[in-house]
Amino acid sequence: MTADKPSAPPKPQLPTLGGAVTGRVKATWGSSTSYQSATPSAVIWPGGSFRFSASRIASTRQLRNTAVHPTLNSIPFPEVQYRKHVPGAPRRSRHSVLTDSPARQTYKEQQRHRHLSLSNGIWASIRGWPLVALIVAFIVCLPIFSVLYLALNPEENIWPHLWDTVLLRYISNTLMLMTGVAVGTLCIGVSTAWLVTRYEFPGRSIFNWALLLPFAVPAYVIAYIYTDLLEFAGPVQSALRATFGWKLANEYWFPSIRSLPGAITMMVLVLYPYVYLLARAAFLEQSASVLEAAKILGGSSRSRFFRIALPMARPAIVVGLAMALMETLNDFGTVDYFAVRTLTSGLYDVWLGMNNLGGGAQIASLLLLFVMVLVGLEKVSRRHREHYQPTASRFRKLNRRKLVGKSAAFATISCFLPVLLGFLLPAWVLLNYSIRYFEQSYTEDFRQIALNSVGLSATAAVAAVSVGILLSYSQRLRPTRLLKTSVNISSLGYAVPGAVLAIGVIIPFAAIDNGIDAFMRSQFDISTGLLLSGTVFALVFAYTVRFLAVAYGSVDASMKKISPHMDDAARSLGHSSLTILSRIHLPLMKSGILTAALVVFVDCMKELPATLVLRPFNFDTLATHVYQFASDELIGEAALGSLLIVLVGLVPVVLLTVSIDRSQELKAAGISTVGTSSHAT
Amino acid sequence: MQNPKNFVVKTALLLALPLMGLATPMLAAADEVNVYSYRQQFLTDPIFDAFTAETGIKVNTVFAKKGLIERLENEGMNSPADLVLVTNVGNLAAAVDAGVTQSLKNDVLEANIPLSFRDTDGHWFGLTSRGRIIVTSKDRVADGIISSYADLAKPELEGRICTRSGKHSYMVELIASVVAHEGEAAASDWLTAVKGNLARKPQGNDRAQVKAISEGECDVAIINTYYMGAMMTNPDQQAWADSVNVIFPNQSDRGTHMNISGVVLTKASPNRDSAIKLLEYLASDSAQSMYATNNHEYPIKADVAPSDLVSSWGEFKKDTLSLNEIAAHRAQASRLVDTVDYDG
Repeated sequence: MTADKPSAPPKPQLPTLGGAVTGRVKATWGSSTSYQSATPSAVIWPGGSFRFSASRIASTRQLRNTAVHPTLNSIPFPEVQYRKHVPGAPRRSRHSVLTDSPARQTYKEQQRHRHLSLSNGIWASIRGWPLVALIVAFIVCLPIFSVLYLALNPEENIWPHLWDTVLLRYISNTLMLMTGVAVGTLCIGVSTAWLVTRYEFPGRSIFNWALLLPFAVPAYVIAYIYTDLLEFAGPVQSALRATFGWKLANEYWFPSIRSLPGAITMMVLVLYPYVYLLARAAFLEQSASVLEAAKILGGSSRSRFFRIALPMARPAIVVGLAMALMETLNDFGTVDYFAVRTLTSGLYDVWLGMNNLGGGAQIASLLLLFVMVLVGLEKVSRRHREHYQPTASRFRKLNRRKLVGKSAAFATISCFLPVLLGFLLPAWVLLNYSIRYFEQSYTEDFRQIALNSVGLSATAAVAAVSVGILLSYSQRLRPTRLLKTSVNISSLGYAVPGAVLAIGVIIPFAAIDNGIDAFMRSQFDISTGLLLSGTVFALVFAYTVRFLAVAYGSVDASMKKISPHMDDAARSLGHSSLTILSRIHLPLMKSGILTAALVVFVDCMKELPATLVLRPFNFDTLATHVYQFASDELIGEAALGSLLIVLVGLVPVVLLTVSIDRSQELKAAGISTVGTSSHAT
Repeated sequence: MQNPKNFVVKTALLLALPLMGLATPMLAAADEVNVYSYRQQFLTDPIFDAFTAETGIKVNTVFAKKGLIERLENEGMNSPADLVLVTNVGNLAAAVDAGVTQSLKNDVLEANIPLSFRDTDGHWFGLTSRGRIIVTSKDRVADGIISSYADLAKPELEGRICTRSGKHSYMVELIASVVAHEGEAAASDWLTAVKGNLARKPQGNDRAQVKAISEGECDVAIINTYYMGAMMTNPDQQAWADSVNVIFPNQSDRGTHMNISGVVLTKASPNRDSAIKLLEYLASDSAQSMYATNNHEYPIKADVAPSDLVSSWGEFKKDTLSLNEIAAHRAQASRLVDTVDYDG
């Protein structure tokens, strides 16, 4: 993509009056709209003698972003009014300025420029959109700050003891777990995404969405199910014993499911959809022409995949991988059940076993360090994202190659296995248990509990996506380092184990509540009690913080695909940043927003540890309802609720995949050309 | 940059709509008690329901396995919680240390709860107790080999013991009691020897250990008494429980280690009177016998009989080591588990 340079150097020439003089010199991503404040919003100078080069423009950096070509600066400008009428400001005739003398006009213009150049300073960065965004970013950072604050006040120094004993095991287990999950999710996610986007084989249209189904299964649930299936008394080993006549466990060898490889397998099975989802979208966006060019040049199908398609999809894949790994890091249920001591289990041990919350927070901070490496990885990978975009003027849907015979069977089996192991088998086991334990596990409250889950998750999805859009759009309007840092910090919430994040939410909320209460008591003698703590709002807030990384990542990626030219054009037609967002960006980002909302929704449905601690009295979600049984390893009683989590999570998964597919098909057919034209050079 | 407020307002409205549907009335009425519970609802609900039926006082609960004391601590004097139900000494000690409890002098509680199971200052009260017993395979372990926790260190048990994670509070408290009785060095030797006798890496809960014995993976396990009761009443699991003998350790000396579930009255308790009523109820005959029959725990009140199954094991000598002692040695015990790499 070469949007940062004009395709041909514009020749200095006299523009005709009224002609467009918008040679874009050096626009960087996101910065384009910032010329809003640098460009004279009402340049009204046909035939005047005002010279831009003589006026005071504070920063040359801003000049680069203006719609003004440097070599044309000495040329009198056509009259262009950029900004719409601001409510409240006196409505001026466009031509009223013409009645002033040239000297007066120069003076006025200089004043305007002075004002504009002032606004390029520190004030501009904390006004309007960016101000709102900064406040929001700061608020969502609060839980992380609380955790870091706790880490500064440990009851005692845990590190000498940990270092002498188990720290290295914690770290090595954590790293091995992450490596295993990374390799597994990449292999399954990328290969299945490639198969369903590039080839036609039996069942492809079903696998297309079915491959996402394991996403709805919580990791701790699948861990219980597979332990139940594969342990000594489970059907698999029982069948083996019946076949071979063994009796006791020590008579034969069977891989232990409760082990590091077991934990890796479980996590891969439910986390690969992250990679699949993003890789599939990336592959769908790739134009046939690129791959065909490679084919014409003699590239084998293997090298076309590894040297063209994969590198082009890499940024998206890394995003998916980072999500999967963050989820791996914050997981406690699975590793605890499988007796794998990771940093997260160490964290809970220090907190609860040694009664040292500060020490636990220190381990949480170490986890954050891990994540910062991950996020950094993702950022590095995404830095050159624009180069990976297909040349959309030639975008053409790739015809899927039809597979026959062995290779078709191979493709079908490769796609079927993850669905079978990650969804069908667990769902079948859950269904069986649900039927057997229906009497014990069915309660009349189920309807309310399921409604709680859905309502809460939907609210959190809307909240997280809205915050994501706000942050992403503010970055686009005016990228500031402060905002960027805040966004990065708040994205860390995803990797903080839920219960710790919950404490991180409780601390500021309780402080605010008690502060307000103390103030009201002292001033008005009224006790307001706890306004935020222990309410659904605190829960939604915790979800938003926890899953903001997911929402922001997805939203930001699609926001960045929209060409800044669009903003420019809309701006020049006098639209405000808000209108541009609602009428241009949001419709274009529809599939990205839907994806973000879906992922957050499903994640919230499954969220457990933060929900447990933060919820109001007598408030259950499906996850917490399941947990009271699951925490005691009562799989039968937990089955019905787990099944409901899976089923409710399924609906949006299917709906969304279908809707994304449709928009991709439309796009490929050239109907929704706006989206793709953004990649035009 | 026209009016970002509009957008924010719209977003806020959008958010508020579903929230309003969800919001549950939070205002505490006079006839309510709010409980933060570390015990699962399916255990506590029947008792609370009975209490509500008897007194008309509604009981609101939040159940979680971690973080509730921290929540209480941060909510401070405005916390809505009246009581905290805890499942182990560690939580009790954490609550008292955090300063979120209040001392209570109450004749009914003091009459019903023996002194060894409540705080002398009235900051916490035990409600039920459980023996930490040893179970052995009926087929593969001869009588008399094991009669105390110390016997678990015997070399002939090599590769035959199963336990849950040494980091679980039940194990930590057992180890803490060994530390308190015999000193850290002896406890360390003992734990190292037990670790050497393990059949597999510590995993699963107590129930899973009995299951492993019935499956032949190991011969000896350490469990809490009520798990036996739970398995006996579950048709799927009865066979597991039937495969083991129950041993109450250390009958000839200090007695079997007991762990407790308990309750504290919070410092901020907004419904103190109702809360005390609930406290008294929890220590009363009816609640105590519900604990006994529903969850096979030992009632704390002396004249309430345990469940039939539990009674069938007969009387036994209980370790009377004060719970404060155990709480004091908890962190030490937890570190010991790391040092001997019990879970490794």
